[in-house]
This record gives sequence, C-alpha cells and structure tokens, in this order.
Amino acid sequence: MPLKWLGMAPFALFTFLFLLLPTLYIVVGAFRTPLGEFTFQNILDLNTPSIRSAYWVSIKVSVLSALFGCLIGFGMAAAVTLGSLPKWLRNPLMTFSGVASNFAGVPLAFAFIATLGPAGLITIWLRKEFGINVRAYGWNLLSTWGLIITYLFFQIPLMILIIAPALDGLKREWREAAAMLGATGGQYWRMVALPILFPSLLGTFALLFANAFGAVATAIALTGPSLNIAPILLYAQIRGDVLGSPNLGYALAFGMIVITGIANAVYIWLRARSERWLK
Amino acid sequence: MNRWLAWGVLIFGVLYFILPLYGMAEFSLSMRRGVYSFDAYTKVLTDPTFQQTFSYSVMMAVFTIIFGVLLVVPTAYWVRLKMPEARPFVEFITLLPLVIPAIVIVFGYIRLYNTSSWLPLTGSVTGTNLLLMFGYATLSLPYMYRAVDTGLRTIDVATLTEAAQSLGASWATILARIILPNVLVAVLSGAFVTFAIVIGEFTMAALLDRPAFGPYMQLLGANRAYEPAALAVIAFAITWACMGLIQLVSRFSKHTKAQR
Repeated sequence: MPLKWLGMAPFALFTFLFLLLPTLYIVVGAFRTPLGEFTFQNILDLNTPSIRSAYWVSIKVSVLSALFGCLIGFGMAAAVTLGSLPKWLRNPLMTFSGVASNFAGVPLAFAFIATLGPAGLITIWLRKEFGINVRAYGWNLLSTWGLIITYLFFQIPLMILIIAPALDGLKREWREAAAMLGATGGQYWRMVALPILFPSLLGTFALLFANAFGAVATAIALTGPSLNIAPILLYAQIRGDVLGSPNLGYALAFGMIVITGIANAVYIWLRARSERWLK
Repeated sequence: MNRWLAWGVLIFGVLYFILPLYGMAEFSLSMRRGVYSFDAYTKVLTDPTFQQTFSYSVMMAVFTIIFGVLLVVPTAYWVRLKMPEARPFVEFITLLPLVIPAIVIVFGYIRLYNTSSWLPLTGSVTGTNLLLMFGYATLSLPYMYRAVDTGLRTIDVATLTEAAQSLGASWATILARIILPNVLVAVLSGAFVTFAIVIGEFTMAALLDRPAFGPYMQLLGANRAYEPAALAVIAFAITWACMGLIQLVSRFSKHTKAQR
C-alpha cells in the first residue's frame, strides 16, 4: 500500500465509523432475527396496515410537495429569468431562496401554526372579515395537506436555486431558431425547451422527494406523534420500541434508505444527462 | 413569457412566503391582549432553559465547525494534490448524508455505540456530546466538503505546496499557514452553513437526549402559544444572518481576486 493512502486515513476512519458502519448496521439488522440468523421475515412483517399506511402517507406527502414545489418553483424561476420582469428582482429572490431552503425544522412548523393553525393569522382573518370558518370546510393544518403546504416553504426555494441556472442555460439562439422556423411560443416550449430541461426537472423532483421524505423535525413539531408517517413512526420506534421488535425497526429504517436511495440515484443519473446540454 | 403571467406567478409565490413570516412575527408580538408587545421575547430570552440550550447548541456548532475544518481541509487538499483518482469515491461518500436520512444515521449510532458495545460512547455525557458532534459533522459534511473543494479549485495547490516545501515547511505548516488562509472564505461559508444546521437541529439531539436548542423549541411548541412564534422569529433571524454572512464573505473574496 503506498504511503499516500495514509493521508486519507482520518477521513476514511471517520466516515466509516460514523456514516457507513451505522447505516450498514441497520441494513444488516433488517435481515436478521433477534438471534442473529439471516431472515427475510422482518421485511415481510413491514406489510401491516399501520406500517403500510405510514409509508403510503409519507410517499404521498413527499410526491405532492415535490410536485407542487417543482411547478411553483419553476414558475417563479422562469418569471425572473425568462419573463419580462425587472432584472433587480432576481438577486433578492435567489438570496431569499437560499435562506428559506435552510429554514426548515421546528421553527418552520411554528411559523405555519401561527399563520394557518386554529388561532393563526389567516384563519382568524377569514373568520372575522368574511365569516368563513375554514375548519368547517375540513381544513386542518395537522393533516397531509397541512404538511404539504408547510413543506413547500423549503421545497419551492430549493427548486428555484437548482432550476434557475438550468433556465439560464437555455440559449437565446434556440428560441430564435425555433421562431425563425415558424414555431409559436407554446411549440418552442413543448418541442425544444422542455425536452432539454426534462432531465433537470425530473432530477430535481427526485431530490425534492428525498428531501421531504427524510424530514422529521418539521412533522413532529407540527403534528406531534399524531400523524402516522414513516419518519415519525421510526422516531417513536427508536424512542420506545412501539413496533415491539427491534429488528422490525431496522427493517422500517431500511425501507426509508431504499426509497431515498432510489430517488437520489435517479437524481444523480439525470443530472449527469442534463449537464450534457447545459454547458 | 407573458408579462402578466410572470407577475402573477411571482406575486403568488411572494405572498406564500411572506404570509407565514408575517404570521409568526405578528403572533410573537401579540402576547399581551390588544397591543403589540415584546412580552413573548422577554419571556423566552429570560428563560434559563433557553439560555442553557441555546449556548449548548452554539458550543456544539463551534466544536462541529472546528472538527469539520480539521477533517475536511486536509482531506480535500490531499485529494487535490496526491490522489485525484480517489475523488469520485470521496465525493460520493460526502454526498451520502443527503441520501441517508439523519434519523437512520442516529438510529445506527444508538445501537452501535450503546453502553454494551465495544465503543460505549452513549455511556457518559462527554461521550454522548462527542457522538452528537460527530453526527453534526456528518450532516454538514456535504456542504463543508463542497465549499472547501470549490475554494481549493481557485488556487494552485501543487505550486504552493512545492514552494513551501522548498523553503523547508512541514505538512502542518503548509496546511495551517499556506492552504487554510487561501481557502478561508470557502471555509467560512461552509462554517456558516454548519452553524445554521447545528443550531436548529432536532432529530439527532432529541434521540441522543442532549439538551440542545432544537428539542427545547419542540418542547416549548407543545406547551406554549406565543413563545414558539418568538423562537421561530429568532431562528429565522439566525438563518438569515448565516446566509447573509456567506454572501458577504464571498463578495469579499471576489474583491480580492479582482485585485490580483
């Protein structure tokens, strides 16, 4: 072994002990009986109504918040990069996006409780000014949709941060060439711009999905243990073995790694593809 | 794009972002009935638990930053200088904390380093603090590594190293007095992101049972009405300050580069 590998030793040791080994421990534990024998039973045991619904709600929240995050973020990024809006709007929007994409966790939940919660600003305002009781219409912040609307606060800015450079990469010549051949604005978008942007769009979607799927703090601060989603279930399992089997807990965590792993693999693969065009 | 549509989308988005911020600010000021007051802030800031947990998290952030710099700067430097072939692997590993949810990593810690294991870190307070700091360092690794690596790209690592070596400098001297000052701006922006992450982190601190700021906020949120909004305003101000400082130092770096 050449001596130069020694320079990597601290990094290798640290990431092995505090990143790879803990993850591996969970993955191996998911395929073991309490006595240490190999089994698929833990994975099969995940198929109970409560765990299935936890994963399902998690996936639903993550997909929908990623979808709306992509759509709204794309709209806003397109508005400042391509739309005929004043140039000075761009910098403040990007700076704000940098802050808002990092403003997650417990405080974000508080902000939404103060705004859309039972005694929140908008809730009270609608009731006082218009006599609309949103609760009567089925609105509840502590629900799937409440979670989605809250998650959008960090999803939209992340989309703006990632997609704005991609939109900048759309060359003016392409648009002019399309226009010269008689394409309308709609045709240009449908047949030129969107196919080029498609890998970045889908890749960012995967990233936003993984981002929402792993979010624990916002969900716990918003709903407490009441909402049954995968990260909250895992949190309760770590705290007090609510599933009644440590190895089932490993399997639950393993399922989360698989889902975020797939989403990120899609992201990395598609980003490599999109970089071919946008240089 | 249609100008009206562009304005419409932008205004819709801005409203969505402004309203929760306005809501939390308004709520945090309404503790006293009928008038705006800073009562909620006074309550929070004079709470001894707030002071303890907040300073605990600040301390953790500082230690995490120091540890992160000591780990990442030599590694990124070494990869650039001697081991470009290891780059893809190192980059892949530094991205893993974005893929593996933090709750899974800390789950592994609890099982791997409990009192009956070969390295019983959770057995003592110091050990648990150390474990939490390693956890934070792992969480911030993607940001820290990329910041430092981008900083190293702008300087000629090989030439600087050879020049220093021919003057008789040791590796430690080269890292501390040549490389680090040259990538200081990058290190600082990595440090501010780390600070923003650590100060509000909830999952790891709660599951390792440490008295950090994140679990304190969550506990207060479950039991009080107005104080959480005041905390949210404070947390937002901290995030804003960290990001603002990053912009400030990177603007400063562009300035020095232009003079060269």
